[in-house]
Amino acid sequence: MIFLALAFYMFASIAVIAAIVVISTHNPVHSVLFLILVFFNVAGLFVLLGAEFLAMILIVVYVGAVAVLFMFVVMMLDVSIAETRDGFLHYLPLGLLVGFILVIELGVIAGGWNFAPNVEQNFIAQSIGSSVTNTEAMGNVIYTHYIFYFQTAGFILLVAMIGAIVLTHRTRDGVRKQNVGDQLARNPSNTIEVKKVSSGSGV
Amino acid sequence: MQLATIPDLMPALPEIILAVTTLVLLMLGVFIRSLNIARTIAYACILLLLLAIPLMLVSTDGRVSTFDGAFVVNDFTVFMKTFVLLSAASVILISKDYRKLQSIDSFEFPILIVLATIGMMLMLSANDFLGLYLAIELQSLSLYVIAAFQKDSARSAESGLKYFVLGALSSGLMLYGISLIYGFVGSTNFNIMAEVFKGLSGELPPPGVIIGLVFIVAGFSFKISAVPFHMWTPDVYEGAPTPVTALLSAAPKIAAMGLFVRTMLGPFGEIDDQWQQIIIFMSIASMGLGAFAAINQKNIKRMMAYSSIGHMGYALIGLAAVGGVENAIFRIHGIQGMLVYLVIYVFMNIGTFSCILLMKRDGRMVENIDDLAGLSKTNPGLALIFSIFMFSMAGIPPLAGFLGKLYVFQAAINSELYTLAIIGVVASVIGAFYYIRIVKVMYFDPPVEALNVSISLEIKIVLAITGFVIIFLIFYPMPLISGAEQAASALFTK
Repeated sequence: MIFLALAFYMFASIAVIAAIVVISTHNPVHSVLFLILVFFNVAGLFVLLGAEFLAMILIVVYVGAVAVLFMFVVMMLDVSIAETRDGFLHYLPLGLLVGFILVIELGVIAGGWNFAPNVEQNFIAQSIGSSVTNTEAMGNVIYTHYIFYFQTAGFILLVAMIGAIVLTHRTRDGVRKQNVGDQLARNPSNTIEVKKVSSGSGV
Repeated sequence: MQLATIPDLMPALPEIILAVTTLVLLMLGVFIRSLNIARTIAYACILLLLLAIPLMLVSTDGRVSTFDGAFVVNDFTVFMKTFVLLSAASVILISKDYRKLQSIDSFEFPILIVLATIGMMLMLSANDFLGLYLAIELQSLSLYVIAAFQKDSARSAESGLKYFVLGALSSGLMLYGISLIYGFVGSTNFNIMAEVFKGLSGELPPPGVIIGLVFIVAGFSFKISAVPFHMWTPDVYEGAPTPVTALLSAAPKIAAMGLFVRTMLGPFGEIDDQWQQIIIFMSIASMGLGAFAAINQKNIKRMMAYSSIGHMGYALIGLAAVGGVENAIFRIHGIQGMLVYLVIYVFMNIGTFSCILLMKRDGRMVENIDDLAGLSKTNPGLALIFSIFMFSMAGIPPLAGFLGKLYVFQAAINSELYTLAIIGVVASVIGAFYYIRIVKVMYFDPPVEALNVSISLEIKIVLAITGFVIIFLIFYPMPLISGAEQAASALFTK
C-alpha cells in the first residue's frame, strides 16, 4: 500500500508542476513538451485507479496525436510570446482574485454537500469486479446502453470534419494534379515525335 | 454470452431516416462533379425535411421512450419538431438566390442545415443530460460552421468565431451545472431526477443543486439569447449570411425553448419555486432590452437581433407562469401561451427575413433601414407585406402577433404575475416604435434609389404562406390553439 501512495504522490505532484510549467514557460515548444509530461503522469494516475484502458487511450490519442499536432502548429505559426506575456502579468492579480473567489465558493458547495437519499440505486454502472477487463466492460455498454450517445457523438465528429473542410478548402486554379488515367493513357505514339536529323547539321 | 436486445427504433425513425439520407446526399455531393448538384441537393434536403413531418406524425402516438429512457417522444416534441422542420425547410428555400449572389452555393450548406435540424430534434427529444448535451453540440457545431460560411467576408468569419467562442463558454457553464446535479442525484436521467426531487417533498434542495440549476439555466438562456446572456446575438446576426440569420432566429430558438421547458418541468418540476424567479428576471430584462436597444439600430439584421431577444422575453412569460402554480389548467395555459407565441413568432420571422433577402441594389445586398426609404412608391407590394409583418411583430390587432401576446399575458394574469404582465405590455408599446418606424420609412420618406427587386418563385411561396397565416390566423386560430394545448398537456402527464 505504501508503494501505491508513493506512486500516487509522485504522479500527482509531477502532473501539477508540469501543468504550471506549461502555462508559464516562455518557449511554446517547451510548453508542448511539458504538456506531454502531464499526459504521461495522468495516465499513470489512471493505471493506479485500475483504468488501464483510459490510460492507454490517453497516451495514444493525446500524446500520439493531439500533442504532436500542437507541436506542428506551434512550430509552423510564428507566435509572438512577448505580447501575450505582457497581458498575462497585467491580468495576473485580477485572475488570482477571481480564482480565489471561485475556490472559496467551491469550498462552500463542497462543504454543504450531501447526496440524494439512496443515491446508489440511481447509478447506471454497477461495480464490475475484477473478472472483466476494462476494454470488455466498456464494449459491453458502448454499443448497447450508450448506442444513442455513441451515434450522436459520431455525427458531431462528422459535422466537425465537414466544417473544417468547408471553411478551409479553397479551389485554386493552375494546380497540377496527378491524373492516373491520363498518365496511363499516354503512349509513345502521341507523346514522342521522331525527327529525322541529318548527321552533322543539328536539330 | 448473451446478446443485447436491439432498442426500439420506431420512436426515433424520423431522425434516423433524416440522418441516413443526409449521409447519402453528402456522398452524392462529394462524388458527383456536376454544376447542378448543389441545387439538386438543396431541393432534396427541403423535400426530406418536409417528408419527416408526416413520418413523425404516423410513427408515434402517446408518450414513448426508447434507448433506455434517453429518448422521448410525445405530443409536445412532435409539435415542436414540426415547426423546427418547417422553418429549416423554408430557410433553405428562401436562401436560393442569396447563395448564388454571394457565391456560397455549395452543397454543404443545405446538408449542414439538415444536420443542425437533426440536432434540434434530438434536443427536443432528449430525456437525459448526456443526450441533451450531445444534441446541443450537434446543433451548435453545424450552426457555427454555416455562420462562417461566407469565406471571403471578414464579418461572416467574425460572426462564426464569436458564436463559437461564446457558445463553447455557455456549454462549459451548462456542463458544470449538469455535473453538480449529477453529483447529487447519481444519474443523468430526467425521470430519475424528477423522482429524487419529488422525494425531497418540499425540503430546500442543497446549495450545490441550486447552483447547478442556475448554471444549467444560464446555458439554456445563452441558446435562446435571453438577457443577460444575449451579448453574442447582435454581432452574430449582423455578420452571418442573411439566410443563416433567418435560421438562427427561428429553428434553434424553438428547439432551445422546447428543451428549456422540458428540462424545467421534467427533472426540476418539483423545485419550480427555485427557478421561477430566475425566469421572471430574464423575461423582464429581455423584454426591456429588446424594446430599448433596438430603437437606435441602423442595420435591419441588427434590429431583428434585438427584436428576437425581446420576443424570447415574451415567450419566457409563459414558462414563468407555470412555476409555483398549483392549478393544473393554469399550468397548461402558461405553456400553451408560450407555444402559440413561439409558432407565430417563427412565421413572422421567416416572413420578415424573406423580405430582407429581397433588399438588393445593383446586384448586391443592402441591409440598412434607410435603404428601404420610399419603398411604397418603388415597390408597393413588397412594402405592403413588409408592413404587415412589422405590424404583426409590434402586436397590433387583428394580426397574428397580437394573438401570441394576448395568450402569454393572459397566462401571466392567471398565475397572478401582474407586474410581469404590466411590464410586458409597456415593453411591447415601446417596442412598437421601432417596428412602425420601418413602416414610416417605407411609406413617408422620400424615395432613394429603387431596390431592384425580382421576387423569385421560392420567396413568393414563403411570403404567401407566412403572410396568409399572419393575416388570417385570427379568424380561425383553433388548429394552433388546440394543438398547442394538446402539446402543453403532454408535458404534465407522465
